[in-house]
Amino acid sequence: MAKKIQTLDEVTIRFAGDSGDGMQLTGTQFTNTVASLGNDLSTLPDYPAEIRAPAGTTYGVSGFQIKFGSTDILTPGDTCDVLVAMNPAALVTNVKILRDGGTIIVNEDAFTEKNLRMAGLSTNPLEDHSLEKFNVHAIGITKLTTYALADMNLSTRFVDKTKNFFALGLMYWMYNRPLDQSIRFIEEKFGAKDKQVAEANLKVLRAGYNYGDTTEVFTTRFDVRPAKLPPGKYRNIMGNVATALGLVAAARKSGLQLFLGSYPITPASDILHELARLKEFGVKTFQAEDEIAAICAAIGASYAGALAATTTSGPGLALKTEALGLAIMLELPLVIVDVQRGGPSTGLPTKTEQADLLQAVLGRNGEAPLCVLAASSPADCFLTVYEAARLAIKFMTPVICLTDGYLGNGAEPWRIPDAGELPPIPVTFAKDPVGFQPYARDPGTLARPWAIPGTPGLEHRIGGLEKQDVTGNINYDPDNHDLMIRLRAQKIEKIADDIPEQTVEGSRSGDLLLVGWGSTYGSIKSAVAGIRESGHAVSQIHLRHINPFPRNLGPLLSAFKTVIVPEINSGQLIKLLRAKYLVDAVGFNVVRGLPLRSEEIEDFVENHIGGKHA
Amino acid sequence: MVNPSLDVWVATGDGDGLSIGGNHMIHMLRRNLNIKVLLFNNQIYGLTKGQYSPTSLLGQVTKSTPAGVIDFPFIPVSLALGAQATFVARAMDRDPKHLQEMVRRAEAHHGAAFVEIYQNCNVFNDGAFFQFTEKETKDDHIVYLEHGKPLLFGKERQRGIRLNGFRPEAVSLKDGKYSASDLLVHDEKDSTLAFILANMIHNPDLPRPMGVFLALEHPTYEEQMADQIARAKSRKGEGDLQKLLDGEETWVIK
Repeated sequence: MAKKIQTLDEVTIRFAGDSGDGMQLTGTQFTNTVASLGNDLSTLPDYPAEIRAPAGTTYGVSGFQIKFGSTDILTPGDTCDVLVAMNPAALVTNVKILRDGGTIIVNEDAFTEKNLRMAGLSTNPLEDHSLEKFNVHAIGITKLTTYALADMNLSTRFVDKTKNFFALGLMYWMYNRPLDQSIRFIEEKFGAKDKQVAEANLKVLRAGYNYGDTTEVFTTRFDVRPAKLPPGKYRNIMGNVATALGLVAAARKSGLQLFLGSYPITPASDILHELARLKEFGVKTFQAEDEIAAICAAIGASYAGALAATTTSGPGLALKTEALGLAIMLELPLVIVDVQRGGPSTGLPTKTEQADLLQAVLGRNGEAPLCVLAASSPADCFLTVYEAARLAIKFMTPVICLTDGYLGNGAEPWRIPDAGELPPIPVTFAKDPVGFQPYARDPGTLARPWAIPGTPGLEHRIGGLEKQDVTGNINYDPDNHDLMIRLRAQKIEKIADDIPEQTVEGSRSGDLLLVGWGSTYGSIKSAVAGIRESGHAVSQIHLRHINPFPRNLGPLLSAFKTVIVPEINSGQLIKLLRAKYLVDAVGFNVVRGLPLRSEEIEDFVENHIGGKHA
Repeated sequence: MVNPSLDVWVATGDGDGLSIGGNHMIHMLRRNLNIKVLLFNNQIYGLTKGQYSPTSLLGQVTKSTPAGVIDFPFIPVSLALGAQATFVARAMDRDPKHLQEMVRRAEAHHGAAFVEIYQNCNVFNDGAFFQFTEKETKDDHIVYLEHGKPLLFGKERQRGIRLNGFRPEAVSLKDGKYSASDLLVHDEKDSTLAFILANMIHNPDLPRPMGVFLALEHPTYEEQMADQIARAKSRKGEGDLQKLLDGEETWVIK
C-alpha cells in the first residue's frame, strides 16, 4: 500500500541514546542530508562531558537535536516533534522537551529490567501508560539490526554498534530523505579500512529505511520542502569550522602567515583540529603546554609579523588573562577566540553559556581595554572572526571574539562567500628607519607601527613595563602613565568610527526593544516574531560589536520606552548598557547551560508589558 | 616558528625559568625550538627582594623562609637534561672567558640550548658560589668538561674523576695508584654520562663540573613544522581558499 505523504513546514527531531550509541554521528548524518536538500536548519548537540559515562545511566545520555524546515529556521527548537530514544535513560531525560502529541520512537529491546533500573525507573514507561499523550512506536531495533546482519557472522558487540544506522535509515524514510549522502559517507569512512564494516553499516541503514516502508505501523511519511533562502551556493557549517575558515580567509586576505597557539579545551578544540589539517595553506598550529604558553606563543608570532590567534574556552581565557595584558601593552594584533561554556571553574564543559562577557571586556589587571566581538550564529562565526582579525591588524590590538558551545558545535546552512569579495585587510609593516619610533601613533587610528624584528634600523624593545609615549622606552613618570592609559583607551574607542552603525530589526523607536548579543540571536528573533503575532510592536537589536559599542547605540536605546536584555548569564551585557547609557533596561536571564527558549522570552516580555499596563 | 631565521635568546633566572616559567622551560627544551637560554642562577629572588627560589639550598634563611628552606632545590642542569634538552652547559659569572665560550657554543648549537650561569647576588645572597669562583678554593671545587678529554682538576691538575661503576669518584694521580688513563673521558654526545656528571652535585667531595654536559644533533621544532607544510603543499598544491570555503558538500539555491 502506498503511504500517504504529508508536507510540513518545519520539524524538530531529537536523537538520544547512550554516549556509546553514536547519536552525534547519527544527528550529523541526518543534518548533512537535510542540508543538501536545501532545508534551512539549526542543530544542538547536547552531550555529556565524560568520555564514557556508565552505559544506561541518565548522565551518560547523548542527544542531538535538529530543527529543519522550508521556513526561516532560527533555533534548534524549544521543544521537539519527534524523539528517537535508544534506551530508557534517553527517554526519561528527553521526554520532557517533546511536545504533547509528539512522536516517540524507542528501541524496545533496550527496555530491559537492568536498563530501567539504571534510568531510575520502577516501571516500564512503554507499559505503564505514562506516555499516553504521545504517539509511541516501540520498535525492536536491536533485534531487527541483528536480523539484517544475520548472514554476516558478526559479533553481538559489533552488531549492537551499528543499530544507530537503523534509526537513521528509519528517519530518512519517515522524512522522505534519500540515503545517498550517508551511503557515500559510510563508504568513505569505513570502506577504505574495512569493507565488511562498511557493508554491515549500509545493510543496517537500508534495513531501517525498508522497515519504515514495509511495516504497517507507519501510515504516513512527511516531506519538508526546501527553504526559500537567498540565492547562492550553500553548505552546512558548524561554528567552530566557520571560525577556523574565517581565520584562514583573514590570513589570505591580509597576506600574512596564520599562526595558532592553542591548548586543547572543550568546546574549542575543534578549531585547533580544523586548522591543524590546513598545512597546504601554510597554517602553523602550535599545541602548547598550557593556555599561557599558547597565547604567549601567539603574541611572539604577532611580534614576528604573523596573523596570530589563540583559541580557548572560559577557564582558558582566565589563564590567558595576564598575557592579554601584555598584548595590550605591546599593542600587537592578536585574535582570541573564547568558545564560552558553562562556568565558573570547570563548570559544564560541554554546555553553552554567555557568562564570559564581563571577563572578556573587563577581566584584567590594570586599565586594559581591548576590542570584543560576538558571533550570533554558527555561520556568523566566519565573518565575526574575520572582522576580529581586520580590527586587530588595523588598530594593533588584541580582539576577543566570543562564540559559545552552542555556536561552536551547532550547525546551519551557510551561503558561501566569494573569496574574492571578502573585504580587504591591508597590512603595512614599518620599513623606514628614518624617524622611526615604536610607539608613534597613526593620527586616524592611534595604532602604533608594526615593526617586525629583522627589519634593519628598526631595532626596538618591547615588554610589559609601562612605555613612554612615542619612544616606547620604559618609563615610570606619573603623567606619562596617565597619558598612556588614556591613549590605549582612546584607541579602542576609535574602533567605533570604523565599524558599521547598529542596525535594528523593526522600527527604530517605540515601546519595546529586545537587545541581545551572541548565540541568542535566533531565540530572540523567534520570540520577537511571537510577540508581534500577539499584537505588540517590538524591535530587536543584536550586537556583534560589544567593545566598543556601535556609535549610534545610545540614541537607539533611548528611543524605546522599554528595553529588555535576554542573556544566558545573570545579566552582563545589561550592566555595560546601564553603565554606559544610563538606560533602565530589564534583564531576562536563564543560565541552564542551554540556548534560551524563545517561548520563555516571549512569556517574560508579555508578562512584563502586561504587568506594566495592569 | 613564524620566522626561523631570527636569532632568539632568553635571558632568565632561577625564579622565572624554573618556577613561574618552569613548565614553559621544560617544554621548550623538549621541543628543541631554536632558542638559546641563559639561565642566571643566583639561588635567590632578587627582583622581588629576597625570597627563596627553586634553587635555594636546604636550610637557607631568606625573607620568606626565616626558619630555613624545607624544599629540595632543582638542579637546573639535571632538569634540562630530564627535559630532553639537546644542549646543556654550565658556566660562571666570574669566569668570563669560559662563559663567553659557552655562549658561543650555545649560539652555534642547532636547536634549544640551555646554559646555566652561576651568578652572585651581592645584595640578597652574597657568596653563594664563592667556593667555585674565588682564587683560593676554585681549583679544588670545579672541574672543566672538555669533549674527548679526561676530567682533571686541582691546582696542579693532579686530581681527576674516575667512574666506579656508575658512581664518579675523585682520585689523586700523585700516589701512583691511578694514572690519566684511568680517568673518565668526557663525551658530550653521551646522554647517560651527562646525567652522571649532573648528579656529581650531590656528593660534596666532588668538584662541580663546568662546561658542556651534552650537545646532541636533533631536528628543530620549527624545521619540522616547515617540512610538514612544504610536504602538504607539494602533495596537495598551495591551498585554494575558495575550495576550502566550499567544503565537500554544497548546493545551489537559485
